[in-house]
Formats: sequence, C-alpha cells, structure tokens
Amino acid sequence: MKKYSNTTATLALAKASFRSIMRSPSAVVFTLAFPLIFILVFGFLGGGGTRIDVGVNPGSDVDNPVISMLAKTGMIRLVKDKSQEDFNKLLEKGNIDAMIDVHRKVNSAAYSVNVVYTSASRDKGGILKSVLNNVFYDKTLKPTVAEIKESTITGREYKTIDFILPGQLGFSLLSTGVFGTAFVFLSLRQTLVIKRFFATPVKRSSIVIGEGIARIGFALIGAVFIILLGHFFFGFTLVHGAITVVNMLILATMGIIVFMGFGFIISGIAKSESMVPPISNIVTLPQFLLSGTFFSIEAFPTWLQPISRALPLTYLNDAMRKVAFEGAGLWDVKFQIMILLIWGIVIYAIAVKVFKWE
Amino acid sequence: METKKAIITVTDLVKKYDDFVAVQGLSFEVYENEIFGLLGPNGAGKTTTLEIIETLRPKTSGEIVVDGFSVDKNPQEIKQIIGVQLQAAGYYPNLNLIELIELFAGLYGANIKPMEMLEKVNLQDKAKAKYKALSGGQKQRFSIATTLINQPKIIFLDEPTTGLDPQARRNLWDLITEIRDAGTTVVITTHYMDEAEQLCDRVAFVERGQIIALDTPDNLIDQLVNSGFERKKEVKKANLEDVFINLTGKEWRE
Repeated sequence: MKKYSNTTATLALAKASFRSIMRSPSAVVFTLAFPLIFILVFGFLGGGGTRIDVGVNPGSDVDNPVISMLAKTGMIRLVKDKSQEDFNKLLEKGNIDAMIDVHRKVNSAAYSVNVVYTSASRDKGGILKSVLNNVFYDKTLKPTVAEIKESTITGREYKTIDFILPGQLGFSLLSTGVFGTAFVFLSLRQTLVIKRFFATPVKRSSIVIGEGIARIGFALIGAVFIILLGHFFFGFTLVHGAITVVNMLILATMGIIVFMGFGFIISGIAKSESMVPPISNIVTLPQFLLSGTFFSIEAFPTWLQPISRALPLTYLNDAMRKVAFEGAGLWDVKFQIMILLIWGIVIYAIAVKVFKWE
Repeated sequence: METKKAIITVTDLVKKYDDFVAVQGLSFEVYENEIFGLLGPNGAGKTTTLEIIETLRPKTSGEIVVDGFSVDKNPQEIKQIIGVQLQAAGYYPNLNLIELIELFAGLYGANIKPMEMLEKVNLQDKAKAKYKALSGGQKQRFSIATTLINQPKIIFLDEPTTGLDPQARRNLWDLITEIRDAGTTVVITTHYMDEAEQLCDRVAFVERGQIIALDTPDNLIDQLVNSGFERKKEVKKANLEDVFINLTGKEWRE
C-alpha cells in the first residue's frame, strides 16, 4: 500500500478551503469591501490629509517665519480676520482647533509663540503641537516657545490615510479571523462534513492547519490589496517600501492567527449558525471601536483607556502604524508582538478546551 | 454452495450511551463481494453499528475485524480500505463536484481522475455544478462516487435511497449492483423491504440493538411461508410501483 501523506491531505484541504472562501460573499465583503469603503470615505474626506484650523489672534504679528512656515505645511489652515469674541466661541465648540499668537520678543530676533488649545479638539491639538515642534526643530529657528513641550513625532506629513489604513487592515484581519473561522467550523460540524472527513485517513491537525493556511493566505492577499491601493491612490506612507510591506504582512499573519483563535472558540460555543454573529460581534465590536481603528485611543476618556490597552487589536494597530509610518522594524515593536503572543497563548488554551469536532 | 470468506467480523458488539443501550451483543459476518443489508426500524441501532465499524464511533465492548484489521488497533488502515456514505452528510460549501472529488482524492491520498469518478456514477454533465444544486438521486450518486475514490474493498451506504422517486431508486440499485459486480463488498441499510429483497445477497434484521434474523432474503421468505404464513390478499403479478414505472417510463429524468 502506498504511504499515506498528511501533507497532501493538508494541502488538498487548504486548496478546497481557499476556493470556498474566495466564493463566499461574506468573506470578501468583510475582508475587502468594508475596509475599502472606510478607506475611500476617509481618503476623500480628508482630501488626503488632516486639516487643522488655527485661528490667528487679532493682535498677532502675521508677517513672520513662524506663520509662513505653518501655512506651508499644507495641513494647517490659518483663520484670520475674526474678532476675539468670535474666536472664543469657535474655539469652545471645536470649530477651530487652536489659537496662535506670535510676537517678536523685545530686544531679540526671536519670536514668542503662544498657543491655546481647546479640549473640544484634543487630537488635532496634539497634531498641531507636533507640527510646531517639528517646524522649530527642523528649521533651527530658536524662538522661546511658550506652551510647546518636547514630543517625539516624526517630521513626515501625517495623513489621515496613515492613521486609517492600518486600523482598517487590523479590522479586516479581525473579521476574517473571527467570523470566517467560526462560521466555517460550525457549518462543517453541523453538516457532518467533518464527520465525513473523519471517515478518511486524514488527521485532525491536517484539517485545522489546512483551514488555517487558506484563511491566512486569503487575509494576506486582502492585506496586500488594501496596502497597495492605499499607497498608490491615497498616498499611504510606506517608509521603507517593500520591506515595510513585508513587515506589515508578518504582523498581519500574527494578528490573523490570534483572531482565528477567537473563531475556534466561538464555533465551539455557538449552538447554531444564528448564534455566530452575536457572539462574534461581542468579540469584534469593542475592538473595532476601542482599539484605535478610527480614533487614537488617547482621545478616549481616561477610564476607558485601560480597556483599550487590554485588547489585542490595539497592539496590532499600534505595531502596524509604527512599522508603516515611522519605519520601525519588527524588533522595535517587540512589545506589541509580545502582547499579541500572550493573547495567542491564552486564546488557544481556551480554544483547545471548548472546540468541538462533532 | 461455495464457502464464503468473511471480510467483516463483528463479535458481541455493545454500545451504551449513558443509561441507554443502543447495541446489545451484535454478532455477524459480512462476506467478501456481497451486498449485505442491515434492516430494522428507526432507532434499532443500524447507524450506530455502521459507524462503529467505520471507526467513527467508539464501542463499549466487543470485537470488530475488517479485512484483518482490528478497529481498536488499526483504525487508520481500515479507513484506507473502506468508503463511507453517511446519512444526511453535506459537502464542503461553495465547491463544484470536480473540486469536491479532488479534495477527497487529497484526503485519501488517491491518484484518480475526477472526471472518471463522475462518469462512474453518470454525473459527468454535472461536473461544474454545486452539490446543493443536485437532485436527491444525483446527491446520492455523488455520495457514492466519493466512497469509491480510494478504490475501497468495502463501501458502507446508510439509507442511500430514502426520499428518492422510484426511477431514481432503481437507477441507484443498478449502480450498487455494478459496484458489487466490480468486486467491492457493499454494506447497506434501508427501510424498504422490496429494495432489500431485490438488492441484497443477505440481510440481517436488527431490533432493539440485537440481530433477530440473518439469512438470504429467499430463505427468510421461505421460512415464513413454511411456518404457514399466508398473505391476506391474493398476490397479483404486478404491484403499484410496477404500474408507476410502466406509466412514467424507466429512464431517469432530472
């Protein structure tokens, strides 16, 4: 008798599963369509970049290097010619993100810059802070700068897409991993497909690995598609080009493996297919909202932030952004990877206990 | 009568679920190259018995040897020489028939041409169709095709004709007979006695987890007749199914 090959069996399963995923509308919608729609919306909405509205104090000196440099960054819109009273109202509502007041210092060539931020627009204020820092740091203008603290933001133009795309990529991996895996294993179990497989010499590990290969492959193709589309159409920053893409894909693989663990657990707990969406949403929605997919988690109230910092997607998003925008290597995001790893161990320990074959 | 060689030997098979005894001390042999029928009402333990022989379910006690392999010690070897059709089993979603056959070929490590397998069960026209889109009879024939992929010595068919119309049923009988004639042993369960009478070389009646009779259909009928049994109504030379087939034609439409 010919020797039985587990590899052949695993690959046959991977191929079958991959074909099946490619033809499944829900997989394609969750992995590609949703993230792309968000990217399109934010890509066009932001006109390719964040815009910060900065009011110039009525009494401020307007013809100075600080103001002209801010104007040149392209992301700051200077609002002039309004009364102090109007400005105060706008600032209160967050319709403008900050006020700036520039004066030449007495007996000096330096300028003094006064910036007033508003709690109504904290994250844009944060960006402005970095931009100001940057402007002064790069150009070796050395004015005495009021209210501006040192911070370590990189000097590149930080576009909306640079924030949104890694978040959407993470979300895409999360839904593919959780929903896809949960649905497939539950339905294979319920329609006795797995039982029929057990009547062949295939090993259980081959079934799980084959399914995993297919799903990871599909998720990575989706990731490449999202990254390239973002890069070429919306100017998504890839600091080191192809190497950055490879690093992002390695992170994506780690992410999808962890998220598939949730899927295995759900397929074990759910009693019917109609129970999969609600349970899956319990896993995915909080991460979708709280893991910095749309907003930086710094924008959340402080009591909420520890919850954000407990979620695996937070660390995947974080690592993705560092790699893509700051050009960090994988070693630089080892902390984030470690958290993902811990999540992976915990999730799979539970999955092994609750997963059901029949 | 020629001496037959047993390919499956079941001895004192017992299966208990908690406090319910599904199978209590079954013993029987299936001979090489015969069509063996397991008959009996629902819940008699037919499917349980089949699934234990197929290595899909653990047994409580007893011994089963399939072509020299014990279900306890060599389940992997048994899986390689049997083909299994489960009652109401589905197939991997979103794949067409050719792709499903390729998948099973990979799972069995068999080197076959998918189209040839489909030709064996006369489904070559449906090669690109999805399993869900097939009719009842086509689904059963496809299931049987998947049992033949590894060129098994024995195939197990669990109620393959349930829910089929008379034409599709007869068509399936022909297919099963062909498979037997090609040298494969067939173990089948059914609720239809006319089917068992026509198709099976030997049948076993299972009731409450026990075998209450086992012989060729002919012998069993003769025994009953010899005991003085008579049908209440004079048997006509044809029955209503013959009328149905005669009126609607033999060829199979779908």
